[in-house]
Amino acid sequence: MLSPEEWGIVALSLKVGGVAVLACLPLAFALAWLLARHRFPGRLLLDALVHLPLVLPPVVTGWLLLLAFGPLGPVGRWLNDWFGTTLMFRWTGAALAAAIMALPLMVRAMRLSIEGVDRRLEGAARTLGAGHWHAFWTISLPLALPGVLAALVLGFARSIGEFGATITFVSNIPGETRTLPLAIYSALQVPGGEAMVTRLALLSVALSLGALLVSEWLVRRTPAERLRRGD
Amino acid sequence: MAIEIDVEKRFGTRTIAACFTAESGLTALFGPSGAGKTSILNMVAGLLRPDRGHIRVGGRTLFGADVDLPPEARRIGYVFQDGRLFPHRRVKANLLYGYHLADPARRWMGFVEAVAFLGIEPLLGRWPQSLSGGEAQRVAIGRALLAGPEILLMDEPLSSLDAARRGDIMAVIERIRDELRLPILYVSHDRTEVDRLATEVVTLNG
Repeated sequence: MLSPEEWGIVALSLKVGGVAVLACLPLAFALAWLLARHRFPGRLLLDALVHLPLVLPPVVTGWLLLLAFGPLGPVGRWLNDWFGTTLMFRWTGAALAAAIMALPLMVRAMRLSIEGVDRRLEGAARTLGAGHWHAFWTISLPLALPGVLAALVLGFARSIGEFGATITFVSNIPGETRTLPLAIYSALQVPGGEAMVTRLALLSVALSLGALLVSEWLVRRTPAERLRRGD
Repeated sequence: MAIEIDVEKRFGTRTIAACFTAESGLTALFGPSGAGKTSILNMVAGLLRPDRGHIRVGGRTLFGADVDLPPEARRIGYVFQDGRLFPHRRVKANLLYGYHLADPARRWMGFVEAVAFLGIEPLLGRWPQSLSGGEAQRVAIGRALLAGPEILLMDEPLSSLDAARRGDIMAVIERIRDELRLPILYVSHDRTEVDRLATEVVTLNG
């Protein structure tokens, strides 16, 4: 059904999306926890910054990444000096762009599930002898887990669909940074590319729909939701 | 074992203050809704920090001038108004949560003994959501006892129960008071409960 080239595109997209969400996960969870549980000066600003990639034109996000990670950018120079590596024009750069674009969605989903955890349950755990961290690992995290998994799925779907920031930051290099949407875009430019466009577009629809269904199913498994619906 | 409490806490313009000493037996904190009864229990448990004062149990200072033990170090059992069972763990895992965390030398009730004492053997495999109010309250009491507490706090444990279940749970509380001889601080706004259960009454005004 798919040509080897197209399988390569799918494999690259899954790799970029997978690395993006896994790398993003700890930061997204920490941000979601901070925003859900703590009041501190600058909280609104942090909230806005986290959401910025959601509303900023993706090409601007890509350009900002270029400024920061380019050979003359502060992070780019540091990566080159210390590790002799660069993210520009590499699939790792595509993963970074995808991670930043997925961050707001992931933080939102996790924050909702963290806010749904009854904090009084943590208090109950403390009176039973659980320290702060033990209560987190045994009570808060398991109760928020379906939301965390839903965030992973959503973030993964968003990462696979990333276009604007990716093409700006790491260009459109076959086999290195040409993920599904970039391949569709390229095929559209080529006479006779319609068949490939159709196949890749259908694949995108299937992946996105699947991710949304899985994510919704996971959210429904949160204890708060189960209680609300009286299961 | 004496429980000495002298605490004060401001909430905006309102101040909650209490100063009393409770001996063994069941001491009822009695007063209208909004008198701060639950807040006082929370301060004893370490879930709410008093602005000033001290809390001592059997000569051990839980809170004082430069002492503020975290809840997990206080060895205070707490039975909440709503049971507050962990919804993602079955009854057995709820019961054993504090038991496993307790220092074995401090435990004074075994799992089998507690299950028999409360008559909750048939519930062990159930999820908390599927329990009736009375069943949930028995499990909550068992969970608190199994953590090996030195005293027990109870916050209106009968308020969500119908009349028949109330009688059941009151009998359980009397047995904790008389057979296990565990000192209990008991919050209520119901005169009949207090008359039946309390060996001492502390009245709080709203």
